[in-house]
Amino acid sequence: MEKMSRVTTALSSNAISGRTMFCHLDAPANAISVCRDATQVVVAGRNIFKIYALEEEQFVEKLNLRVGRKPSLNFSCADVMWHQMEENLLATAATNGAVVTWNLGKPSRNKQDQLFTEHKRTVNKVCFHPTEVYMLLSGSQDGFMKCFDLRKKESVSTFSGQSESVRDVQFSMKDYFTFAASFENGNVQLWDIRRPDRYERMFTAHTGPVFCCDWHPDDRGWLATGGRDKMVKVWDMTTNRPKEIYCVQTIASVARIKWRPERKFHLATCSMMVDHNIYVWDVRRPFIPFATFEEHKDVTTGIVWRHQHDPHFLLSGSKDSTLYQHMFKDATRPVDKANPEGLCFGLLGDLAFAAKESLISSDVNRKPYPGGDRRYPIFFFKKPDPTEQFAHVSSALSVFETDLNSNHMDWFVKTAQLYLLSGKPFAELCDHNAKVAQELKRPQVSTTWTMLRIMFSDPANLTATGPNHNLSSKLGTLPLMNSFSMKEMGTESRLERSKGESRPDNTHLEPGTSHISNNNEENEETEGSEGQAEYMFGDAELDDDELYSMEHDNQTVLLSNTVLSLLPLPNRHEAEVTCLTPIESFSLISISQPLYSPHLPGSFFCPIAREMLSYYAEQGDVQMAVSVLIVLGERIRKEIDDLTQEHWYMSYIDLLQRFELWNVSNEVIKLSTCSAITCLNQASTTLHINCSNCKRPMSNKGWICDRCHQCASVCAVCHHVVKGLFVWCQGCSHGGHLEHIMNWLKSSAHCPAGCGHLCEYT
Amino acid sequence: MEVQDREFLRRWDGLGSRDASSRTEAMENICQEVMRKVEAIGPLPASVPSPPASGSPSNSELNGILAHLLMLSQRCPFEDVRERCICLLQTVQDLGVRIPRPLGNGPSRFIPEQEILQVSKVDTRTQSIFEDAFAALGRLDNVSLVMGFHPQYLDSFLRTQHYLLQMDGPLSLHYRHYICIMAAARHQCSYLVNLHVNDFLQVGGDPKWLNGLGEAPQKLQQLGELNKILAHRPWLLTKEHMKCLLKAEEHSWSLAELIHAVVLLTHYHSLASFTFGCGIMAEIHCDGGHTFRPPSLSQYCMCDIANGNGHSNHHDDPFGNQEVCGEVEVLMERMKQLQEGRDDEEASQEEMATRFEREKTESMLVVTAEDEECVPSRDISRHFEDPTYGYQDFSRSGEHVPTLRVQDYSWEDHGFSLVNRLYPDVGQMLDEKFQMAYNLTYNTMATHKDVDTSMLRRAIWNYIHCMFGIRYDDYDYGEINQLLDRSFKIYIKTMVCSPEKTTKRMYESFWRQFQHSEKVHVNLLLMEARMQAELLYALRAITRYMT
Repeated sequence: MEKMSRVTTALSSNAISGRTMFCHLDAPANAISVCRDATQVVVAGRNIFKIYALEEEQFVEKLNLRVGRKPSLNFSCADVMWHQMEENLLATAATNGAVVTWNLGKPSRNKQDQLFTEHKRTVNKVCFHPTEVYMLLSGSQDGFMKCFDLRKKESVSTFSGQSESVRDVQFSMKDYFTFAASFENGNVQLWDIRRPDRYERMFTAHTGPVFCCDWHPDDRGWLATGGRDKMVKVWDMTTNRPKEIYCVQTIASVARIKWRPERKFHLATCSMMVDHNIYVWDVRRPFIPFATFEEHKDVTTGIVWRHQHDPHFLLSGSKDSTLYQHMFKDATRPVDKANPEGLCFGLLGDLAFAAKESLISSDVNRKPYPGGDRRYPIFFFKKPDPTEQFAHVSSALSVFETDLNSNHMDWFVKTAQLYLLSGKPFAELCDHNAKVAQELKRPQVSTTWTMLRIMFSDPANLTATGPNHNLSSKLGTLPLMNSFSMKEMGTESRLERSKGESRPDNTHLEPGTSHISNNNEENEETEGSEGQAEYMFGDAELDDDELYSMEHDNQTVLLSNTVLSLLPLPNRHEAEVTCLTPIESFSLISISQPLYSPHLPGSFFCPIAREMLSYYAEQGDVQMAVSVLIVLGERIRKEIDDLTQEHWYMSYIDLLQRFELWNVSNEVIKLSTCSAITCLNQASTTLHINCSNCKRPMSNKGWICDRCHQCASVCAVCHHVVKGLFVWCQGCSHGGHLEHIMNWLKSSAHCPAGCGHLCEYT
Repeated sequence: MEVQDREFLRRWDGLGSRDASSRTEAMENICQEVMRKVEAIGPLPASVPSPPASGSPSNSELNGILAHLLMLSQRCPFEDVRERCICLLQTVQDLGVRIPRPLGNGPSRFIPEQEILQVSKVDTRTQSIFEDAFAALGRLDNVSLVMGFHPQYLDSFLRTQHYLLQMDGPLSLHYRHYICIMAAARHQCSYLVNLHVNDFLQVGGDPKWLNGLGEAPQKLQQLGELNKILAHRPWLLTKEHMKCLLKAEEHSWSLAELIHAVVLLTHYHSLASFTFGCGIMAEIHCDGGHTFRPPSLSQYCMCDIANGNGHSNHHDDPFGNQEVCGEVEVLMERMKQLQEGRDDEEASQEEMATRFEREKTESMLVVTAEDEECVPSRDISRHFEDPTYGYQDFSRSGEHVPTLRVQDYSWEDHGFSLVNRLYPDVGQMLDEKFQMAYNLTYNTMATHKDVDTSMLRRAIWNYIHCMFGIRYDDYDYGEINQLLDRSFKIYIKTMVCSPEKTTKRMYESFWRQFQHSEKVHVNLLLMEARMQAELLYALRAITRYMT
């Protein structure tokens, strides 16, 4: 052994070289450490304790320190450290609370040197002093840190963190007497090794345990910490209060952290759960790792830079029982895969485009965004670092606006606001919505509503009003009706009125519409249904002028129909009908289609309604699809599969929310029948408030604050407790009854509480 | 009918308000409703009382309301409501309607009623916790009342439970309650099953599911296996079990749903332990909590009979045995010795390892209850399959299962991260709850003050984990033998492994000189340690599945 170490010392003068390589260990590793000259690495774990030599092409096992037939728990290592001055000296932290030192210079097989069993709980970390040969520090689960002088049999001083478990201890690289300790409760403490009675400083670094910390090798003020809260933070310790200067958000808890040698802003991290990769971050660019090593198949438990002045070699041990040497040049660079351009549509058709400045600058014609003097590119600049290959990043953002005249999303907003989706009988809803659509000059949609009303209305309840004539006339104008001459039927029958006709018009109409579907089905065989449907609707749209004029003609008829509809009887008989004013009849239909019963169930039309919905959705008018879906409710729901429905709902709700139509969107959510949608407004329904007196959070329900025993939400105008809508100024946090505040602010610009704030009510 | 029920429920809700006037209003509504119903039954000839639970639906409905009123009259944290309820019940009785009376005394069979905090006499902090619980659930259950001994913990417990059952989460509400039923039924805990059957129906669950797991959706049926293993032999969980649930098929679970389900299952397994361990009585308004029969007929509660302790046990004098008087002092002396004498007799590593094995084996020899036949008062077995599957000693199980070392998979480092990743905020809440239970101390032991009980608490915690095959490298298992005597070990083992066998005798025979509040404290420790042990195994299996 001695010989070997002498050989390695000789090698140390050479520059290190190697390649990305790995070797299998017999058991999962918990920690690794390298000797000073970077030629050997020690791997420690619950069931492994070995030294490997790092050769050009491979790892070579040099020594197994785990000896004895039934090794004791002292060999079960949570951490290991190789002394950076004395190459024969190693220390391990055992899970049973022992701190053990090992002397490789010993001639016997068992190299165990000293055993300290002063800690009561697992020791999480051991750390040698960077320059002092005999000084060793340990941090344990029992909340104590102990400093050992290896020439003595027991610890020389004990530091009590006065709190929970110690997770990491690190001597400062530059300050001889200082060390940092990180704790399970989120704190970091700085100690002076000469003063065991009290820490020098303490600050809260993370929420939850701080698993690791590392001093910057060059900059004496910098300490990096990593915690269970998935953050890496860099603290400037030179200031009066430790200041967070950089913060990197990772995707999993941070178990180990190591500054990269010779690169001021780089550090490597790994996680103890879920994520197996090793990341190297440039702390100035916290959103994307600078480099990633993805070799391990299970969580990485130990990382160490092979040589303290060489940034190109990283060693890592893992629970997957492998030991890796990673070459920096072989690392994955996520930046290369990241999309360098971004594109997004605005609500009103604006287009934003971000790309590397170099790509855009060639475009001479680019005009600056008219939105003001705000500087674009806005993302960030990074000074080129000559030592790094990390691309100089700056992006430019351009915004293209659509022509204001072509801005035609108004109809969407209006429709959303005016549509009625519930609260009235089906037929009325349809009529109302048809009217809305018509007013917004969307005759096709309007017609659809009317047709729906006719198709799905219960014959008895059908309130016949004007629009059903639209249908008939529309049908009349369809040229494709090949089996029947609908044109004649629709317009001519209107003129032919037979007083003695036994069927009321609504039942007539149903067979009439059944023609469409019938027709449709026939065509389906030859042409395919979708084309047909489109054609029909498209056609109707063209003819809408005609429709309107006809509606006018039928005013008188309307009246009579309304009267008729008021009759509650499901089947009206001849006698009753005859006493009424003339009714238009569809004798042609009733004759030519004797096969259909006069009362077609709504379900008969489901296929066509379904097609219609899909058509609208595909056209991008998801509003129509969802509105119809809600209004039809049970009648159609089973026809359309849940996923599609959910998709439509989601798209519509998304659109509504982007237009800030919160009320409408909530109504839609409430009315939807998909479980995935209805739960949307069940989420995050808690509103946290602070007491207006003592400014502390109100944990109670109700109006009395727990702590100061005062009514928390008192109206500033009437001084009574507000139990309904409470409106408050976000500037001064005074407020009260909505009405009172509104009235007050009409006459005065100042806050009613007299705090002098100029409140604004919008 | 159903609509009416809903309306009525809303009326009950009004009673939870902190505002006295809205409570009065709600109470007024209830009065009217009750009177209306009473009148509907018609004037009853006082001499011929109507048979209880007679067939007519309006009558049974009324009985339900009366039972609820009875519960409120005793358990509502608001004094005005309690008074009004008593009044109303009296009025109804005067009209010739038979009113119910509670079965049993107080929330627990083991703890005399007068020992437990009275709803009317609690400090402001507990009062406000009770009020919150009442507002959230419309009831103050017996579990909360008993936990009221330890308000700090109760707060954390209720917050977690409320979050798991009511707040944002991947599972729908009726699924959650059904999973609770499954978990509680595994231990034949009729108390929890009844409670959640009501809740399940209230959130719109399909009553058909209650006929048995076979009627529930395929997805829930698949959870049966996990429920079974988790409840009795969690160390057998492997990633294959998780794979089975998570594989992409029609009835598969998502990871987030699975975590939610696992947390619910473990929570309710351990809550069942607590329920039995503290002898929690059936809720007054639930089946078995009240009776319409006049008091002369029977003094026995079903569960008492089932567990083999009739009321005769009440007459046992806990201090009758003079031998145990010095028990506390002996225990304290031992703790002191252990603390001081630590360094003197440092055991060798081999010795330490064998001590764990010995404790493990010994825990096996601790015989749980006499083999009594358990008669669940409600047909609970239909909520789970394979009723013969029970706890089997870790060390006895045929195939050799490796010990779980906490240093390799711990809640703080690993479990927490996984839970918090998939079910945000719950990790934090559980973490707080575990810490609260583990660190809770008043520095007292029986009548002694200023005692550091950390050693005792750690021994209890680690003993439970030891029974589940979880080992702490840094713990000397010899301490357990020093600190926990045999009757205590029997109690722990019964409560954790087959809680349905816990009897009043066991509860009384350990730690005779200790206060009831301290015994409840022990129960909290047991409950949380068990929950963590189950969670560790389940989460480890999920982690393995994910890697």
